[in-house]
Amino acid sequence: MSALVHDSLLLAGRTFGHWRAQPVPFLVTLLFPVLVVLMMGGLFGGAIAGSAGDYIPFVVPGVLALTMLFGLETTMMAITTDARRGVTDRFRSLPMHSGAVLAGRCLADLAASVAGLAAMTLAGFALGWRWSGGAGDVLAAYGLLLLLRFGLLWLGIWAGLKAPGPEAVAAVQILVWPVGFLSTVFLDPATMPAWLGAVAEWNPLSATADAVRTLFGNPGVAGGSWAADHGQELSVMWPILMVAVFAPLSAAAYRRLNR
Amino acid sequence: MGAAIEARAVRKHYRGAERPALDGFDLRVEAGTVCALLGRNGAGKTTAVRILTTLLDFDDGAATVAGHDVRSGGDGVRRAIGLVGQNAAVDEILGGRANLVLFGRLRGLSKTAARDRAAELITRFGLDNAAGRAVGTYSGGMRRRLDLAASLVVPPSVLFVDEPTTGLDPDARREVWATVRRLVDDGVTVLLTTQYLEEADELADHVAMLRDGRVVLEGSPAELTSLVGDTRVEATFGSPADAAAAARVARPHAVGPVHVTGASVAVPVADAAAVTRLCAALAGAGVAPVDLAVRRPTLDDVFTHVNTEGAR
Repeated sequence: MSALVHDSLLLAGRTFGHWRAQPVPFLVTLLFPVLVVLMMGGLFGGAIAGSAGDYIPFVVPGVLALTMLFGLETTMMAITTDARRGVTDRFRSLPMHSGAVLAGRCLADLAASVAGLAAMTLAGFALGWRWSGGAGDVLAAYGLLLLLRFGLLWLGIWAGLKAPGPEAVAAVQILVWPVGFLSTVFLDPATMPAWLGAVAEWNPLSATADAVRTLFGNPGVAGGSWAADHGQELSVMWPILMVAVFAPLSAAAYRRLNR
Repeated sequence: MGAAIEARAVRKHYRGAERPALDGFDLRVEAGTVCALLGRNGAGKTTAVRILTTLLDFDDGAATVAGHDVRSGGDGVRRAIGLVGQNAAVDEILGGRANLVLFGRLRGLSKTAARDRAAELITRFGLDNAAGRAVGTYSGGMRRRLDLAASLVVPPSVLFVDEPTTGLDPDARREVWATVRRLVDDGVTVLLTTQYLEEADELADHVAMLRDGRVVLEGSPAELTSLVGDTRVEATFGSPADAAAAARVARPHAVGPVHVTGASVAVPVADAAAVTRLCAALAGAGVAPVDLAVRRPTLDDVFTHVNTEGAR
């Protein structure tokens, strides 16, 4: 166990070393969600909510959830790059704990997500976003956000291990957009065609966005459907389901590298 | 001395592949020697290395490395080996020094010990000026050296080197050869795969030729070259028809198969006297070569020999 912790920390430290060596890509990843809020708030805020100012309290928690989805690409990219360059094989030829490579990835990516949430929170504050919930609720909201990231992490690891090459990562970079838009991140599904709205409500991203809006005390969606009214429960269930499905699949895919 | 590497009847068939990558692969490498696994692309070299370094499971047979069973004693094998894979498997974003420190610490060295060892290897491999620079900016030869250094952070007893000089220029290739030779002086057992006969000739005590997933011929470089005669005559003629005619004339003088490639003919002969007789016979038959060379056989000739024998 201590070998697992030791090796995982070393491998997470390797990613921190990447940030130090190449701060620009790291900062771009960190600040990209802020750009999304500025764009959506500034350009569409008036059309959607009457004014940019009225849209900010709705969209900032949504984009906090979206930030967790963006992390998927980072995870996938890191995993495929290591596999392609033979770095994964080098790790596998060392007498280290077999779980350390994936655990180290989790630690590093969760740390990046904490930094991303902090950046987005500060930007939100600068734009006039505030929470009215208590400290416990606010902490719970950030906990739910990181839980979503943790679920998506395993999806990213699995997809990264299965990806035939960097093209697959590019595909995911495009696909996060429809997934992001087809949710309650930017819009109330009540304004969508009924069937599309239903899909948006069941999107795991929506569950987390709805739940943290409630916890932060920000305006939410109109609701009415089962999924929209059970955002809290779903925001816990979806990530747990993702971990339950993709953590074993990832572990199996990692082991299957030797077949 | 015992065997550092032993493989018996190893078979590996990748799912969906037409034929097995390894099919009855047998190999024994004595401790402290260099063995070259020589074969063309697709012969099974990399598969063999991946199996012996515990990266790949196999269907049948058995293998031990440094006294540990590859299957049941994977961790013991991993503790004893170093692996230099085909593509320099080092972190491209970190510097050379940071890479070596990371691999040292993953091998259980303390922070200080890992740093000291990294500094030592950086100097030994001539990377002092580039130690802090991102590996992505290194030349191919520098990467190879760093890759070798990374597999020596904790000195292995068995080192696997998969096609160490593929894609390197001649200078960088000689550097890598010099490094491998120094390792052998330190008593490390080396299994090296290569498609270059010159490389096997230069480095190996023992050469195993791999074709279609099994060792088809093995021995010392000298033993193998003796299989194709002591001397080789290579003659080029005015036309392929002349070459074919010359091959017919040459056959009685040859000690092995005569190879015709286009307008060229290669004839293995026993000695210098045989060369004279062969030339006289050619002149007598009226097929005069436009170019003639006499040389010692190389492993390349053995390779061609084995491959044409197998094709029959």
